[in-house]
Amino acid sequence: MFKGDFIQNLPKIYGTYTGGFLVFIILMALAEQAGVSAKNIGVMFVAFTVLIYALIGYLSRTIQVDAYYVAGRQVPTVFNGMATAADWMSGASFVALAGGVYFGGYTYMAFLVGWTGGYVLVATLMAPYLRKFGCYTVPDFIGTRYGGNLVRACAVFVLFIASFTYVTAQINATGTIASRALGIKFEYGVWVGLISILICSMLGGMRAVTWTQVAQYIVLIIAYLIPVFWISSNVGGGIFPHLMLGDEVARLGELEQQFGLVKNSAADMKAAGVPGGLKYISGSHSGVPEGGMAVWKYLSLAICMMVGTASLPHILMRYFTTPTVRAARKSVAWSLFFIFLLYSSAPMLATLSKLALMDPNLPTGIIGKSISEVQSIEWVQRWSEVKQVFIADFNGDGILQLNEWFMRGDVVVLATPEVAGLPFVISGLVFAGGMAAAMSTADGLVLAISNALSHDIYYKIINPKAETAKRLLVARVLLVLIGAAGAYIASFRLTSILGSVAWAFDFAMSGLFFPLVLGVWWKRATREGAIAGIIAGIVSGTVYLTWVFPKFSVPLWGGVNTPFLGIDHLRFGLIGAPICLVVMVVVSLMTKEPSPATQKLVDDTRIPTGKAILGKQH
Amino acid sequence: MSNKDAYWNKTKNHMIVTLVLWAFFSLVIFMFGSELNTMSFLGYPLAYYMTAQGSLLAFVIILFWTANKQEKIDEEHGFSEREDD
Repeated sequence: MFKGDFIQNLPKIYGTYTGGFLVFIILMALAEQAGVSAKNIGVMFVAFTVLIYALIGYLSRTIQVDAYYVAGRQVPTVFNGMATAADWMSGASFVALAGGVYFGGYTYMAFLVGWTGGYVLVATLMAPYLRKFGCYTVPDFIGTRYGGNLVRACAVFVLFIASFTYVTAQINATGTIASRALGIKFEYGVWVGLISILICSMLGGMRAVTWTQVAQYIVLIIAYLIPVFWISSNVGGGIFPHLMLGDEVARLGELEQQFGLVKNSAADMKAAGVPGGLKYISGSHSGVPEGGMAVWKYLSLAICMMVGTASLPHILMRYFTTPTVRAARKSVAWSLFFIFLLYSSAPMLATLSKLALMDPNLPTGIIGKSISEVQSIEWVQRWSEVKQVFIADFNGDGILQLNEWFMRGDVVVLATPEVAGLPFVISGLVFAGGMAAAMSTADGLVLAISNALSHDIYYKIINPKAETAKRLLVARVLLVLIGAAGAYIASFRLTSILGSVAWAFDFAMSGLFFPLVLGVWWKRATREGAIAGIIAGIVSGTVYLTWVFPKFSVPLWGGVNTPFLGIDHLRFGLIGAPICLVVMVVVSLMTKEPSPATQKLVDDTRIPTGKAILGKQH
Repeated sequence: MSNKDAYWNKTKNHMIVTLVLWAFFSLVIFMFGSELNTMSFLGYPLAYYMTAQGSLLAFVIILFWTANKQEKIDEEHGFSEREDD
């Protein structure tokens, strides 16, 4: 069917795939018309897409070390951009981001800036140099640049903490979506999710993950954008919402004035029995909160997310797969372009969804209507049953006020198509997209952890004489073990105590950002400095987290502590990273400067041409 | 100064320029959020627009610009990679 080699045919292959997926959507739409139940359509969407990913994973199987670790370093710029975007955008980005904007407004949108701005740091400070270095994993760079097993092991430790925090949340999301779409129990959903994740990555490592991630990006972006554009034209927002929602945003401001932004007391909410995790609108959609502290809260969150982005190993390792240094730089730009397509749509979806519920002039509006009338709406009933929405008539007037309507953030993405009157096929599509987003991120994370353990701990430290077959066997066994451990924890729903996805960013920035940056940009950085910096950063950050996060501070510190300078548990990297920097610089200056060989190694890392520092097979 | 040093100096300066632009769009403008929000763009309040879309778009443009500029620096100093490398 295709002439020439696989890489040359990529545009054709993925073009055909995209066309096939669109045809599948149309077939599902026809099936819905023909009377196939909503539930079966959901099942078919998830099953069909997961089977395709599994097929890609199987076809990408490999017994080569460099194909397993870095996809043979032949992933073209644009495709690596798509794969990175899928790797990056998690189940949380897909289902929760719009909900976060919906409830958090301007303040929450610091996440949008943080999760995109970090790529400028990746492109200028890290990606091209790590690519030139020729490492297989992030600790591989740290271990070779600074020299020695201890510093390598420290880097693996930070990678493990950051990535594992993240991966349980992803497996949890995969399980949630699988259980809802397939109509099975959450505990089974988690294992179905895990098996899907492993099929994509086990046989082919990075090569298989790369090509499934590209396929998953295509599904998730179609699944996100079609509803946004469709809803926008349905509720009168215009055909291109990104440029045309100015009036809607202004209208939301008027409606907020009209209904009033009221804060409920915790006691009232408890008395009314509002289920946990449900939120209500109490802040302005587009208004900027006043005061220096509000500005600092915004900036500090953005800084943590940006610096964390530039330190997360599962993202950095995607740039090891490009053919050249130049391609690595361009690939970062393409990655952000593909991420931008989704991130810039999330606030638009939040605006449309909010307006659909709040505007009394729209047929979908519910605020200001009588509660009995709202409770008879079909989608309200369905989502109430599963405790995703809730109504509490605080003032007892029988009319639904803005502060009396509670909803889980995920509902914004999952239910808005239904609310705006789109056919169910769109909801099925959204399930497939959410599944793709959660799986692609989980794949990347599980692979980052197991690669670091198999390459850096097993091969580089424990058994440097291991043969290729044995190395790859160890890598695969670890992959399954890490995935199973993540799923096991997720199946107990322990993720709520593991806290927020934001923690992964804070852990990574505390222990890895400065050792990586200074490794390239400061020749004087020494091994002792790096070891001291990594340990000081991760320990101080973690100790601060336990001190500031009430669930930890009550048993460990005997009480709830007020965050220092507004640095709460989402921002603890602001403690860890500066300490890491100071300790690393001071200790480096106190110790002997690196050997001429190491300095030459840094010099070679800085120029794009010439041999990689680490060979093709190492 | 050797060619390598000259190359690295240019690369460093380019890095600094890129990070200044980055800091402007990610941090500086949001120090003045309330002031910006009194202005409007495409009908959106400006600070809202920047955090929802504007800064994100600026980052994408910065990244393509900075990659192209760096490629020019590579070429000038003979460190440009061949396609088949």
